[in-house]
Amino acid sequence: MRLDVRYFAWVRERVGAPRETVETGAPTVALLIDELRARSEGHAAAFADTTALRVAVDQALAGFDAPLAGAREVAFFPPMTGG
Amino acid sequence: MAADGQAGGTAGRVRVQPEAFDFAAEAAAFAAAQTGAGAVVTFTGIVRDDGGDLLEMQIEHYPGMTEAQIGRIAAEAAARWRLTGLSVIHRHGALGPGETIMMVATAARHRADAFAAAEFLMDYLKSRAPFWKKERRRSGAGWVAARAEDEAALSRW
Repeated sequence: MRLDVRYFAWVRERVGAPRETVETGAPTVALLIDELRARSEGHAAAFADTTALRVAVDQALAGFDAPLAGAREVAFFPPMTGG
Repeated sequence: MAADGQAGGTAGRVRVQPEAFDFAAEAAAFAAAQTGAGAVVTFTGIVRDDGGDLLEMQIEHYPGMTEAQIGRIAAEAAARWRLTGLSVIHRHGALGPGETIMMVATAARHRADAFAAAEFLMDYLKSRAPFWKKERRRSGAGWVAARAEDEAALSRW
């Protein structure tokens, strides 16, 4: 499955790119993270502490156990600071 | 108006834009558009200058999800309280000290509903709308960390 993976704020800075397309068979967000970690040192730094990360699957907030079947876009970012 | 994200409908109007806006004019237009309202509550957030230390605030967001997520929050507010209308405007991009970041307006027949809905919207916009703030200060640059109090505030709803 082809996934559009997007990064925001310091996650984007650590990865070094705002988005990338990945080919993956990961069934859940957590397993996708394991694959992404191995892509570069920047990815490893971005995903070093997943308690500091939030996830959206197809632009809706999701948990790390969220299934990826049928998903097109997954985003990783720090806790939000709107308002 | 070159707003780059708009959503409307019965849950209210949502605008996500880089442009500055005139909150007094927005509040007046919002109030004038209400039917049956006896109360209008508005909140406006501005960039603190922190005694001159803050030079610029850069607000990043997630185009598409931002509008969708604020729309969900607005729909929840519209379902919980008897409102005649609500409006959310949130900016992104580079903002200087004293600039308007965002505003929320709610209108209801009675003030309790308008106040409660405005507080609810603010609490959720803080922690559940995909914005991130990076500050450039005389003392250095860095991302604004989410505050535990803001997360805890959600539990009251």
